Amino acid sequence: MHEIITSSGDGKRIAVSRDDLQRDIAAGSENAAQKGDIDGLSRADINHLVDIFCQPTKTVSVEPGREVIVSDDGAGLMASWGRPSAGHAIPISDHQSILMYERVYCADTCGLGFPDYSYKPVKSAIGYARSHYKAISMLTTIPLVYGSQPNMGMYYHPGGPFPNPFDYFSKYEYEKGFQFQEEAAQMMRGDIRYVAEQLYEVGCEAINLDTTASAGDAEFWGALMVVEDIKSRLPALPVVMGMAGEDVIGMHGRLTYQNERLAGMYPHRQVEMAAKAGVDIFGVAVNSDTGASTPYNLARAVTFLKAATAHSIIPVHANSGMGVGGMPMTLLPPVGCSTRCAKALVEIGRADGL
Amino acid sequence: MGTGDSHGVAIAQIVSSCMGGMRTAGDLVAWMQLTRRMKIHSAKEYVAGKLNLSISDLTDETVMAGVRGRNGLGSVIPDHVEYMGIAAKSKIARLLDIPIHSVDLYEKHLGG
Repeated sequence: MHEIITSSGDGKRIAVSRDDLQRDIAAGSENAAQKGDIDGLSRADINHLVDIFCQPTKTVSVEPGREVIVSDDGAGLMASWGRPSAGHAIPISDHQSILMYERVYCADTCGLGFPDYSYKPVKSAIGYARSHYKAISMLTTIPLVYGSQPNMGMYYHPGGPFPNPFDYFSKYEYEKGFQFQEEAAQMMRGDIRYVAEQLYEVGCEAINLDTTASAGDAEFWGALMVVEDIKSRLPALPVVMGMAGEDVIGMHGRLTYQNERLAGMYPHRQVEMAAKAGVDIFGVAVNSDTGASTPYNLARAVTFLKAATAHSIIPVHANSGMGVGGMPMTLLPPVGCSTRCAKALVEIGRADGL
Repeated sequence: MGTGDSHGVAIAQIVSSCMGGMRTAGDLVAWMQLTRRMKIHSAKEYVAGKLNLSISDLTDETVMAGVRGRNGLGSVIPDHVEYMGIAAKSKIARLLDIPIHSVDLYEKHLGG
């Protein structure tokens, strides 16, 4: 029987039969539907996804007319040695790298960020961030989005000012654990607001809260509140929010936003909260299972994404980098895998962008 | 957000599934998503309407090279370098009737 070449969730090349492919896709869709309490993929969607994987060509693409917008979390800086993690370390400046991304790669938008990609360290290097942004934004034509992670974990000991709440949970001192999470969220909120205001003074065109809720529901809570702050103080500053994962982890568990409990929210509810707070573009992140196949992971991602895009009033981009959006958890993903994920996220998941 | 982290993924995804930035009208559609929260089809319709084009023209490099050159919207080819960067964004903001904060601030500074 003809075998289909694809990847496992860790990037390793695998060959599967058409029956296995269909079984993995159905299982991935069912897993997402069950977890998120959403509709699974229809028979037509599953057949479409099977066809995408069965294309004999090395790469695939969307049908003409269905192209979407690309946003990123530092892809424009990838070539530069200004991006020390996961970069190519070519001895060129961030300015040069971004102009190449705009005029050679021809991306639709471009992200700029500090090498230590979290708002907390950006605050202490705000002069660098301001001058960097100002100089580059004079040269770019595509939207230049300043990105960083809320990364609330940085506010706990040993690097941050607050004790680790889990030290208290393990001693059954729950109220203290809750209190430190809420205080950390408020400090994070203040830092992000400060960075946004400082960048706005030098003409910032948009700001990105990337990998939101990596420290759970308290981080999501703080991020939603700072979006409200930004929109009330700087209404002309578009806000982009990308998530850390498909599920808001209930590290606090009690926090609500507009009377909705944040813990346990899946993408279709996350985007609803983000839109209420004032977010302009929302990024759905669905994590890949490194032990499963790409067809399984992509089916999960597309199922969650489709539920989010179906009811969203704001544009939804699918996070499709390393280990999210069906992509394998590897620095060097096969190009056939990258393009198959992109096509499925757009054509089946109905993403407004990647 | 979107693409990133993995090496080479951005190029593969841009070529296979995205609008093409300044090669076409990708940045113009992106501005509409950012400033007016428009979903992809509405954003394309809006931009096409402002340029008096069809939606399919927006990803036609030949059509858009001429449109961008005539309207001073910036381009990736050297014939159109008279409008790039902040100058092109100023023209884009006016054409699309949207606020672009870097442009607003620059024009404020020019006005003293």
